[in-house]
Amino acid sequence: MGLIEVEHLSRTFTVRRRAGRVRRTTSVVQAVTDLSFGIDRGEMVGYIGPNGAGKSTTIKMLTGILVPTSGRLSVAGIDPSRARVDLTRRIGVVFGQRTTLWWDLPLRDSFDLLRRIYRVDTDRHRRNVAEFTELLDLGDLLDTPVRQLSLGQRMRGDIAAALLHDPDILYLDEPTIGLDVVSKGRLREFLRRVNQERQVTLLLTTHDLQDIEQLCRRVMVIDRGSLVYDGPLGGLHAQGSSTRTLVVDLVDEAGPIDVPGATVTKVDGPRQWLSFPADASAAPVVAAVAAAYDVADLSINEPAIEDVIREIYSRR
Amino acid sequence: MAEPTSSALRRISWDARAFVMLAGMWVRVSWSYRTSFVMVTVASFVITAVDFLAILVMFSNVDRLGGFGLTDIAFLYGATSLCLGIADLVIGNIERLGQRIRTGTFDALMVRPVGVLVQVCADEFALRRVGRVAQGGLVFAWALVHVDVAWSAARVLVTVAMVVFGTLIFAGIYVLGASFQFLSSEGSEVANAFTYGGNAMTQYPLTIYPAEAVRAMTFVVPVAFVNWYPALFVLDRPDPFGLPSAFQLASPAAAVAVGLLAVVAWRGGVRRYRSTGS
Repeated sequence: MGLIEVEHLSRTFTVRRRAGRVRRTTSVVQAVTDLSFGIDRGEMVGYIGPNGAGKSTTIKMLTGILVPTSGRLSVAGIDPSRARVDLTRRIGVVFGQRTTLWWDLPLRDSFDLLRRIYRVDTDRHRRNVAEFTELLDLGDLLDTPVRQLSLGQRMRGDIAAALLHDPDILYLDEPTIGLDVVSKGRLREFLRRVNQERQVTLLLTTHDLQDIEQLCRRVMVIDRGSLVYDGPLGGLHAQGSSTRTLVVDLVDEAGPIDVPGATVTKVDGPRQWLSFPADASAAPVVAAVAAAYDVADLSINEPAIEDVIREIYSRR
Repeated sequence: MAEPTSSALRRISWDARAFVMLAGMWVRVSWSYRTSFVMVTVASFVITAVDFLAILVMFSNVDRLGGFGLTDIAFLYGATSLCLGIADLVIGNIERLGQRIRTGTFDALMVRPVGVLVQVCADEFALRRVGRVAQGGLVFAWALVHVDVAWSAARVLVTVAMVVFGTLIFAGIYVLGASFQFLSSEGSEVANAFTYGGNAMTQYPLTIYPAEAVRAMTFVVPVAFVNWYPALFVLDRPDPFGLPSAFQLASPAAAVAVGLLAVVAWRGGVRRYRSTGS
């Protein structure tokens, strides 16, 4: 049995809009539609999709914040909306956009309060705080009130706070939003360690594909409430009708060359760009070009993962 | 409800401890700004004291109001103010629920292992609200000393119960009103109309109001059970509106009814909670 099991999960929102002075129209917005997936213990899964695709709605249902409209949900064997309070001990949640810490309290006091709320024993707590303080470089920040921390510092504090009660699962909703490159790198390194050493299962939503590339073997893509891809990051290429590009440097300038199986997308002096399907072999294209023209140089560009995802989003 | 009683009890006792723990921490935090704390508390004491002064001024011109003397009115006034004060101290923070929902900080409360109601009330607990408790308590204490009552065990018991269940009635109204904030952000104004409004009306003997108003305060928003009906029993007065004398001992039942309604409304609200975008 998977640690997280989601079957035919849907959530709708009823939106009331004013139409005229008194009259109101009601419309039903489908935020998440018939979502099914499972996540095993120890996985690190990236959950991506454009704004409003239903990422946060899914996470909020997995934490018990939102009640699903239909479908079945099981997280660590618990139905989140029925036993939300029991579930809180098994999960940690980090909302990138806002803190779960107490604005006016120094980090150290926030941590101590969390220890008492979650009833973590003192030894265990002290060890965790020491470890996170070292790994996340929180030493100088422990006595600073949260409102005085920078975004990156606050995020580190939030992540430490979410892990203090040794949860099985850590949900991160855009954890690297607004962070600089160095902070992002450090955060990813920390998350990788937490996953490997503590066997914490990670589910993270992000707009930064580097987060996924560096952390997650598995990625789920959601668009307009439906799961459009679930698999290894590399497999996304095959998903899209994405193309590879053959860049040809001819010896002499020429008009667009004619090669079966590929189309010229751009000509710049002797250099020409030919695109062909990503799942087709490059060999016949290269052979055809070399046979018909005098070629000075050749190179093949793989599609960038960003382009693949953009292509998936823009479909339909 | 569906869960076994023992685990429900365990949860309630844990929630109570969590309340004390969270509230205690906020008291310590506010104590580090003690000058401002003392000023705000004194101000709230003085503001609430002014409206009792108005009653004193009135009684320098008349002997009785609605058939009740000054000490009787002090008894009614003190009881309702003390009840509202305690309810406001413990639950009053709930009026910030709408703001929490709008800013999204409510989400953070939902992922912690303490009931959200407890957290909403205890988080940023404001001890300055003791100003109202102190004022109501003082007037009530003065009334207890001077009121013309032949004290018996039953009257003492009803007096104690009046404070306990009166507080619960106001607390229930607070929670009920707050539950509407899950649907509309104006819910807190509605609740204030019934809590502060109910308090203001029950500061006087209900004989000064038309019978319809008294019925509304009995059957619709049962604030008359906070102090009026038990006070009739303690002061040994027949009901001026001819309502059943059983009402005079029915405050616990009214409190339970309001409390159950509040729990159902709150749970429904939490389940209907929609969170904010992203």
